[in-house]
Amino acid sequence: MGSQSHSDRRRFLKYGGAMASFVMGAVRSVRGQTPTPEALPKDNLAYGQPSRFDNTIRKTTGRATAISDTALMTPLQDLDGIITPSGLHFLMDHVKDVPDIDPQQHRLLIHGMVDRPLIYTMDELKRLPSVSRIYFLECNANSRPLRGPNADSVQLVHGRTSCSEWTGVLLSVLLKECGVQKAASWVVAEGSDANKYTMSIPLGKAMDDILVAYAQNGEPVRPQQGYPVRLVVPGWEAIRSVKWLSRIKVVDQPYMAWHESGNNADTRPDGKGLWFRFELGPKSVITRPSGGQRLPGHGSYEITGLAWTGGGAVRKVEVSIDGGRTYKAAELQQPVHRYAHTRFRFPWMWSGEEAVLQSRCTDERGEVQPTIAEAAKNLGVTPDYFYEADHFNGIQPWKVNRDGSIQNALFL
Amino acid sequence: MRCSSSLLTAVIALSACVAAFAQGRTYQLGSTPSEEEIKARDIAISPDGKELPPGSGTAKEGATVFAQKCAACHGPNGSGGLARGIVPLGNAKPVKIAFSLVPYATTVWDFINRAMPQTKPGSLAANEVYAATAYVLYRNEIIKETDVLDAKSLPKVRMPNRDNFIPARPEWKPGEKRPFGYYP
Repeated sequence: MGSQSHSDRRRFLKYGGAMASFVMGAVRSVRGQTPTPEALPKDNLAYGQPSRFDNTIRKTTGRATAISDTALMTPLQDLDGIITPSGLHFLMDHVKDVPDIDPQQHRLLIHGMVDRPLIYTMDELKRLPSVSRIYFLECNANSRPLRGPNADSVQLVHGRTSCSEWTGVLLSVLLKECGVQKAASWVVAEGSDANKYTMSIPLGKAMDDILVAYAQNGEPVRPQQGYPVRLVVPGWEAIRSVKWLSRIKVVDQPYMAWHESGNNADTRPDGKGLWFRFELGPKSVITRPSGGQRLPGHGSYEITGLAWTGGGAVRKVEVSIDGGRTYKAAELQQPVHRYAHTRFRFPWMWSGEEAVLQSRCTDERGEVQPTIAEAAKNLGVTPDYFYEADHFNGIQPWKVNRDGSIQNALFL
Repeated sequence: MRCSSSLLTAVIALSACVAAFAQGRTYQLGSTPSEEEIKARDIAISPDGKELPPGSGTAKEGATVFAQKCAACHGPNGSGGLARGIVPLGNAKPVKIAFSLVPYATTVWDFINRAMPQTKPGSLAANEVYAATAYVLYRNEIIKETDVLDAKSLPKVRMPNRDNFIPARPEWKPGEKRPFGYYP
């Protein structure tokens, strides 16, 4: 974000103490909402909790403290496999508070350029044919190349991506029920948060693979993730995946809502702005060993990390231990799901000498993850440009020093 | 439609390849909403402004609305406080574009109407939204203090950077391969 936004954050720091405690409280109590009278309390027997010795938690960069202007990032370095536990799914909202929605009262309205506008209860949505699909969601602001101490954390640099098994109804099923009219070309999706967050999505994507999801990793979608129902737009910047979904209007043009025009536009060096980039690029990052960690001594390690792409499936991940001079293919965890995190693993024997570890993703369309130098050359900018712009998908190098300490080598 | 700009033409091309999806109902679930029900919830305003409600306002009137309902967060002069200032409008990253980034005045109306004030979003009357929008546009030197904004005049306001935005590759369609280094 620009300097304007940074000064906003400073102001938030000044005024946001109360909100900060709210945010952290909300994180801890996500499983412990006020129970309805007939419900049992969700204690550690009713809903199992992680070990008291385990401290796998989301974190912020410490800059912003209001839920409307902060990111709680997934601890990628502490996770295995491809599924992000729901309580550790990243959180980056443009709303004031997480809404507290009674699913019995919630309705999804579909109207606009359709033959039959329809309104659905949650019970009715759940009677429609359902699908379960493993999809990542990634914030368009993820992976900005930070400088300073926060840069030495894969969580704080890359933790705005998470991957879940989502269950719900295909949006196309609902739209077909309503009968989309010939002249329609977009949908406008709206949430039922206080700000009624809004996004425009081309009809082609809406009729393809967008999910109206009510379950995440087998249980109801968590309130912070859109309870009782949300959009999941596979492969596209996560700002499109409207939470707390309450309305779909079928239209014939993008509505240029605030968060898709004035507030999420990037400008190129020539002064032109960019809208509607949608698809995320091929990307990967080594999560272990990664910045801020320390290897206890030379010998055997497993390098592991995640790769994903808005282009569909990850086809290949290569790992380099010499800063990109040579690459070798890593093993991909099978099966590889389209639009999902893909776990890669690579055996490594550390000699105790300096090493620079990095990974490179190639997707099913043959698109390749660039280095930051390649990306900068392509646009005619300095690497710092990418701190200010979104959708950065550059290769992430981690330098292993002789003492075993590991640091971000993007700017070394 | 007011899609004279190259942006909208190109963006619409992205989605123009969609055929009609006229089918009958298969599952017989869901119910038919009443006209009133739809109208009450249909608050999204398109760039052509066809959904704008009756009402009007000027920047002069908007200054009063701002002092009463906006200044607590945006600062007495609109230069920022708990929330960002109202000049410039929007958040360019990096900030290379002067003045407002917002492409259509309807975007400003829509966001004030649905999301402001943060303590009670959606509580402003239509006249207040027109007035507050006029005040914000006046402060950004886009309209005059005495200009009257209503359903007819608001969509005609020419925002300074309307034609300064492009889809990253106008010819790109979802699912197609992009050149190396295309991102971000």
